[in-house]
Amino acid sequence: MIRYLEKIGKNTIWSLEDLGRMGAFLFFGLGGVFKRPFRFSAMIRQVRLIGANSFWVIFFIAGFTGMVLGLQGYYTLRKFGSEGALGSAVSLSLIRELGPVLTALMVTGRAGSAMCAEIGIMRNTEQLDALECMAIDPFRYLITPKFLATLISVPILTLFFNVVGIFGGYIAGCGLLGVNPGAYWSGMEQSVVNQDINMGIIKSFVFALVIVWVCAGRGYFVHVIKGAGFGAEGVSKVTTQAVVLSSIAILIWDYLLTAILL
Amino acid sequence: MNQVAIEFKDVVKTFGSQTVLDRVNLTISSGKTTVIAGPSGQGKSVTMKLILGLLRPDSGQILVDGQDISRMRGKALNTIRTKFGVLFQGSALLDSLSVFANVALPLEERTRLRSEEIRTRVLATLAQLGLTGHEDKYPAQLSGGMRKRVGLARALMLQPEIMLFDEPTTGLDPEKSLEIYKLFLETQKKFGYTSIIVSHDIPKIFNLADQVILVNKGKFTTFASPEDIQQSELPDVQAFVQSTMGKVYLSREMDERV
Repeated sequence: MIRYLEKIGKNTIWSLEDLGRMGAFLFFGLGGVFKRPFRFSAMIRQVRLIGANSFWVIFFIAGFTGMVLGLQGYYTLRKFGSEGALGSAVSLSLIRELGPVLTALMVTGRAGSAMCAEIGIMRNTEQLDALECMAIDPFRYLITPKFLATLISVPILTLFFNVVGIFGGYIAGCGLLGVNPGAYWSGMEQSVVNQDINMGIIKSFVFALVIVWVCAGRGYFVHVIKGAGFGAEGVSKVTTQAVVLSSIAILIWDYLLTAILL
Repeated sequence: MNQVAIEFKDVVKTFGSQTVLDRVNLTISSGKTTVIAGPSGQGKSVTMKLILGLLRPDSGQILVDGQDISRMRGKALNTIRTKFGVLFQGSALLDSLSVFANVALPLEERTRLRSEEIRTRVLATLAQLGLTGHEDKYPAQLSGGMRKRVGLARALMLQPEIMLFDEPTTGLDPEKSLEIYKLFLETQKKFGYTSIIVSHDIPKIFNLADQVILVNKGKFTTFASPEDIQQSELPDVQAFVQSTMGKVYLSREMDERV
């Protein structure tokens, strides 16, 4: 019994320490924006890695998601004789929910995992220690450009996802199933209001912060994460953990933000 | 410069329930070469990280040029760190940067030199260390010995007052080890830095030492010269000597041997 309580106590202390570490990581990661010299070129390089290089993944995922929504929406709406509302259904689903969430999950899988592994390897091979020994702040040099690049890239990718998805819905609904194109576009125009777009954008900013915070943070603390092990195995376990945690956090925040913003 | 470069006063460092350093007191003199030796897992690397401010002691003071760094943070700690150059065990080169970019990094980040000046300095240092023609290679394309030389070049760019070498010859064959020792002697002669070498390469590493600190079970024993270790009557030290050293190496033979 005492051993069991001891274990619970130890785990609680470790969790609180971890929370503190991650809190400090977020603070210093964002605080690096105010430290000079600002590494603009590094940030642009990260925008290319996180954002531009995700172009085709987002394009295909968005296209097919929109097409599936078009198909499903059409057969559901037909039961009520309201196929004309397809544009409204597809665009609202994408702009409010699927665009931000699926983009964030894709970026987590593609760029978040890479970010976590990169920083984790740098930690294990003492590259982060080397930066500190050269009196180079690892946050300003390495972490802050990733924070900013993710915060820039994810909302833009989300908007791109929405546009491609809406065209995907159009192809499936109007091109293949014969919905009136005029009804599709006017339905969208009448139902989507600024509040919906704002909700999607706010969500994408929050998700971007979650991705970079969790993925970069787990990589940065790979050497102190309980049960992660050492070396390549440690990085691999922590990368998996980062993707899982980030994905769960995105879905939790999605629910909370929807509840708050609706 | 202060005669004492680094001083530990009653330093305690624990990890969980394990006490790695137990009220350690030690002094490292300026301009000298101090070798920290001892079995693995006894706190040598922890000592190095404490000196660099990468770890903080649980209690006690760590003085660098008379300033206590044990509770220092931010800019003050960074100012102290500019005194140091470090050659890490695995060289710790940034693997996404070329050799040139790695060596130029401290100058780009810590100085306001123009890019032409940085280029000139980097190429000159690379030439001194026999790395001309390798500027555009990446760390993964280099041999272990070359990586160490690039690491040394990077560490020397800001002309440090104190150089720390963490296992500088681990993983290198005897020929490459000798090459690193030669570079060490040449660069120390040129830059006149205080050097601290953490090494397993016993007894060879003693050839370079002015002072030796033996680490065992969290206790640090300082010897004025490598010969003093062999003459010590402490049982732990005798056991260490018997297990690691054969022939007696005298520090005055250093230049002829290395």
